[in-house]
Amino acid sequence: MSVPLRRLFLASLLRRRLASALSLLAIALGVALGLAVHLIHGAALDEFGRGIRAVAGKADLQVVGPRDGFDEALFVTLARRPEVAAASPVLEIDARLPGREESLRILGVDLFRVLRVQPGLMPLADRGGEDLRFAALRPGVVFLSDDAHQRLSAPGHSSEGEALPPALADARIAVQSGVRSLVLEAGGRVPGASGVLGVMDLGAAQQAFGRIGVLSRIDLRLTVGVSPATAQAALSALLPPGIALRAPEAAAGELGSLSRAYRVNLTMLAAIALLTGGFLVFSTQLLSVARRRREFALLRALGLVRAELMRGLLAEGAVVGVVGGLLGVALGHALAAGAFRLVGGDLGAGFFQGVAPQLAFHPAASLAYLLLGVVAGVAGTWLPARAAAAVAPARALRAGEGERAGLPRGDGRGRLAAAMLVFAVLACLVPPLGSIPVGGYAAVVFVLAAAILALPVLAHALLPLLARGRSATWRLAHARLAAAPGQAVVAGAGVIASVALAVSMAIMVNSFRVSVDEWLAQVLPADLYVRASVASGSGYLDPPALAGIAATQGVARVDTTRLINLRLSDAEPLFTVLARPAQGNWGLPLVSGSMEPVAGDAEGLPPAWVSEAAADRHDLARGSRFELPLGGRVQAFRVAGVWRDYARQHGAALIESRDYVALTGDDRVNDAALLLEPGATPAAVAQALRERFGAEHITIALPGEIRAISLQIFDRTFLITYLMEAVAVVIGLFGIATTFAALAATRQGEFGMLRHLGFTRAEIGRLIATEGALTAGLGVIAGLAGGAAIAWVLIEIINRQSFHWSMELAVPWGGLAIFAVSLVLLAALVARLAGRHAMRQSAVLAVKADW
Amino acid sequence: MLAALLMLAGGGVAQGQDAGPPYPPVLSGKALVFPQDLGAHPDYRTEWWYITGWLRDAAGVERGFQLTFFRVRTRIGEDNPSRFAPRQLVLAHAAVADPATGRLRHAERSGRAYPGLVEALEGRTAVRVDDWLLEGGDSAQAAYRSRIEADDFGFTLDFAVDRAPVLNGREGYSQKAPDPLNASYYYSRPQLAVSGTLRLDGTTVAVSGHAWLDHEWSSEILPEGARGWDWIGINLADGGGLMAFRMRDHDGRAIWAAATTSARDGSIRIHPPGEVGFKPLRHWRSPRTGIEYPVEWAVTIADRRYRLRPLMDDQELDSRASTGAIYWEGAVRLYEVEEGAEVGDEAGPELGRGYLEMTGYAERLRM
Repeated sequence: MSVPLRRLFLASLLRRRLASALSLLAIALGVALGLAVHLIHGAALDEFGRGIRAVAGKADLQVVGPRDGFDEALFVTLARRPEVAAASPVLEIDARLPGREESLRILGVDLFRVLRVQPGLMPLADRGGEDLRFAALRPGVVFLSDDAHQRLSAPGHSSEGEALPPALADARIAVQSGVRSLVLEAGGRVPGASGVLGVMDLGAAQQAFGRIGVLSRIDLRLTVGVSPATAQAALSALLPPGIALRAPEAAAGELGSLSRAYRVNLTMLAAIALLTGGFLVFSTQLLSVARRRREFALLRALGLVRAELMRGLLAEGAVVGVVGGLLGVALGHALAAGAFRLVGGDLGAGFFQGVAPQLAFHPAASLAYLLLGVVAGVAGTWLPARAAAAVAPARALRAGEGERAGLPRGDGRGRLAAAMLVFAVLACLVPPLGSIPVGGYAAVVFVLAAAILALPVLAHALLPLLARGRSATWRLAHARLAAAPGQAVVAGAGVIASVALAVSMAIMVNSFRVSVDEWLAQVLPADLYVRASVASGSGYLDPPALAGIAATQGVARVDTTRLINLRLSDAEPLFTVLARPAQGNWGLPLVSGSMEPVAGDAEGLPPAWVSEAAADRHDLARGSRFELPLGGRVQAFRVAGVWRDYARQHGAALIESRDYVALTGDDRVNDAALLLEPGATPAAVAQALRERFGAEHITIALPGEIRAISLQIFDRTFLITYLMEAVAVVIGLFGIATTFAALAATRQGEFGMLRHLGFTRAEIGRLIATEGALTAGLGVIAGLAGGAAIAWVLIEIINRQSFHWSMELAVPWGGLAIFAVSLVLLAALVARLAGRHAMRQSAVLAVKADW
Repeated sequence: MLAALLMLAGGGVAQGQDAGPPYPPVLSGKALVFPQDLGAHPDYRTEWWYITGWLRDAAGVERGFQLTFFRVRTRIGEDNPSRFAPRQLVLAHAAVADPATGRLRHAERSGRAYPGLVEALEGRTAVRVDDWLLEGGDSAQAAYRSRIEADDFGFTLDFAVDRAPVLNGREGYSQKAPDPLNASYYYSRPQLAVSGTLRLDGTTVAVSGHAWLDHEWSSEILPEGARGWDWIGINLADGGGLMAFRMRDHDGRAIWAAATTSARDGSIRIHPPGEVGFKPLRHWRSPRTGIEYPVEWAVTIADRRYRLRPLMDDQELDSRASTGAIYWEGAVRLYEVEEGAEVGDEAGPELGRGYLEMTGYAERLRM
């Protein structure tokens, strides 16, 4: 672009500093949020992958099974195969540290085999001179990675959040097995390992944690010349049901797929923020172009060709996009860094526990998001630029044509809006693509477009109803909007997008929260809950412990839950099985089917109740046959009902405890639900239980506490969506401000005339405020309608398809009403502030300048 | 005979052990019973099956080979029902002395005993570490076979037996030091006829030759005051066998020695310490470790005088990276020294071939 042109176009951006700055900021926010989500997730996944690599070492393939492990007999079978050069068995224990929040991942390994497959896990004894291989065989000795050593030597926290001295003191660390404490000696380091982990002798670990005969993993190094694919083909037939053979990298991929739906949702929210930014560019450019209509006509008359005018205007948009994008990239990195410090690498969603990611600059991702910012800027300018270039110079030069001629006429869009609504409905019918609800996202875009297109129609329909105004100001504001609805479209578009986003998120999150709350009340009907550890952790309740609980004074009845994580196929994430009495102290929030097993089952299959996610993924309903790999065999169940489960996104099935114990012989228990005798207080029973088992070995919770903690976690998970809502509202207000600042500038003549007619400055201020309120009001109404529709799409399509759970629609009426009214008032205030500049000029000058 | 690995293994485990039945002592007067004693004795602290020998291929190239399986009772995890509990370890070591290579090719495998994978069975010779194995039959007349696969070599060999086991020491009770508690149960299988295949890198050749098997078990570690030992096992050309060893102190003096000579007809002669003499004649310094080994020896057994010469000088084993031991273990030829000849004179005719093991030349083996 030539220097004069650069002055002509880009200088215009500087002239309207406020509008440019706000457009720029909106784009920056959209870019920043999108990039931050991407960076945070990428860093967490990278760190997780590095951990996997370090632990897997030189392994070509890994045998993995249920989280609780599988029969070690498979180890000999695989180790003797000619395809296998070396096989290294691993028992992974998530060792609970008694009374503490933290846990320690302990890998039980055979150090003779680790040497050939995962040298990174080779322990190094502290005591010099002694042959480390034999020191590492001793029971009761754990070797800690440097990260673990550092973490455990720092002061810790109790499960209740109180500060505690370091878990590792005098080279001793207590870990929990069942409801007992074991003191392990920290005998040395694991120099090759990264992440917080400990290494122990496999035999000692099996004994210490009560896992005799069980392995969690077998890492295989293949014979030279045997490809992983060949080995997989040959060895898969040897694997019992529920056990998979895969490349070590697959674990990271699996985790990526677990969090994918969550991530895509966040990215889509960022995209909507960016879209709103685009709208803002559109509205400011549209007004700016309208104002410069005569200027452009003159330039055209002086010989500027149409294409050059177009390019110049697009360059304006691009500059806003580039600067906003750059700002956004910087802000995105800052946001990611802040998020790592505050909520960890999982955006508060709990996918990557125990991973400490490092922020790194990603050139490719940064460039991609920068380009998105430029696209938003250019796309926002496209229509106004085309309109400006299309105008015949002679016509635009005619005096009195008026700046408003450049604005859209704002009618005849009703049919298009209806078409968009039809598209939205059709998009809802599209099935998800690889668990990504593409149809749902498309429907959101269509609804948004329909709401914006319907705004003039809405103005036509609503404005006559408001015609019976009292004051002159009101009638003037009303008349102006009725006569020139194009303005409303421009200023309202930004409002609609942001209101729709905020309203839809508010309705969805509220519905979700209300549903979760109800669900918690349903699943937690007992008086008291006792837990030794999370699933697959080292703490558990065995029959003697349960007998002890039952014998505690005040306990009327004890029901138990065994939680196990299974693998239904090679590719699928872990599936949860809950073994517990179907009818008892635990509730089951059924959405279909019944608590009664299917009567007259010809096969005599045991009953199972599956979660909605399981029902969706495996196409199950009452009466369906469902197979689960339990105890190394495939066991069929008859589905009796489908229940709502917000806790396990990848699917869960509930089976009767007695069926589970009969099938597997596993009589350990994770949780016990206690019904108390009349008159017994939960506090007294809890105290008695703590004395019996040691307070540090069990977690006792009242249903109310569990509920409070769960909702707290819920709110933390949605923290980022609240942030997005706030951003969207601010962007919408920016839209009002820029539009009115620009409009006020073009209406100086009009205001001057009104002053001549006797209006005071204050009255003109009120006029602008009223116009702002009316415009925002229209936008808010359209936004509310659009937002409600989007909320429905979020709840019924996007959540259903991404997370496979249903919820009851619960509209936060009060909150929405307050939100709508405050937005209208804020819009009035913002319009008034933005128009201040126009009112300050002397009436005479203003009229003179215009004519 | 003993090898360095084992002593280290025993030494390492001696500390921090669990409770459990003690190691049984090695006592004089206990008769060895075959085939029972061909198999493992898991109660004892250490045990090894040690095969050494010479191989000749169709082109007439001669090479030495060595294969050892050790069993170690750790006294760790004896109360642990886990099959992975490291109660028994099996370590295997193999080497080939190929003059064309100029030094030893060697490899090792080790593991905790695990049924079907890593074992030292009782009742017959059957030891394995993954795909490395040594197996005998269920009688003292049965042949042995072995298979080894390492990166740069491997062999699959059959060993035919033509005589009953030769019991060393007092009916198999072999004293190692003046204190009679320092002893092992020890028998040898001289003159095993070898046939099979040998692979060096990618080339496999058919080989035949003669080998020597030692089987020894004990609960003792290296005697107090001992720094190392020198041992030979020689298959004599006349069908007889010669085994001799001495334990050295820190000044290189013998603190104990013994020898067994056997004839083709099965007659055995046990030699007391006073009848066994080892005298170094020529030394070789390892360019890798700087350690000096006596590679040529004058050996005296009763009234016979012999000369030992190596197949090649460099048969040093440096396994510092794995077991930490450095020693010399290689193929040697045995020559007659004529009546009246002086040390340093030209030796007489070759009498036989076998193996020489020398330990403790680097530093005193750690206890």
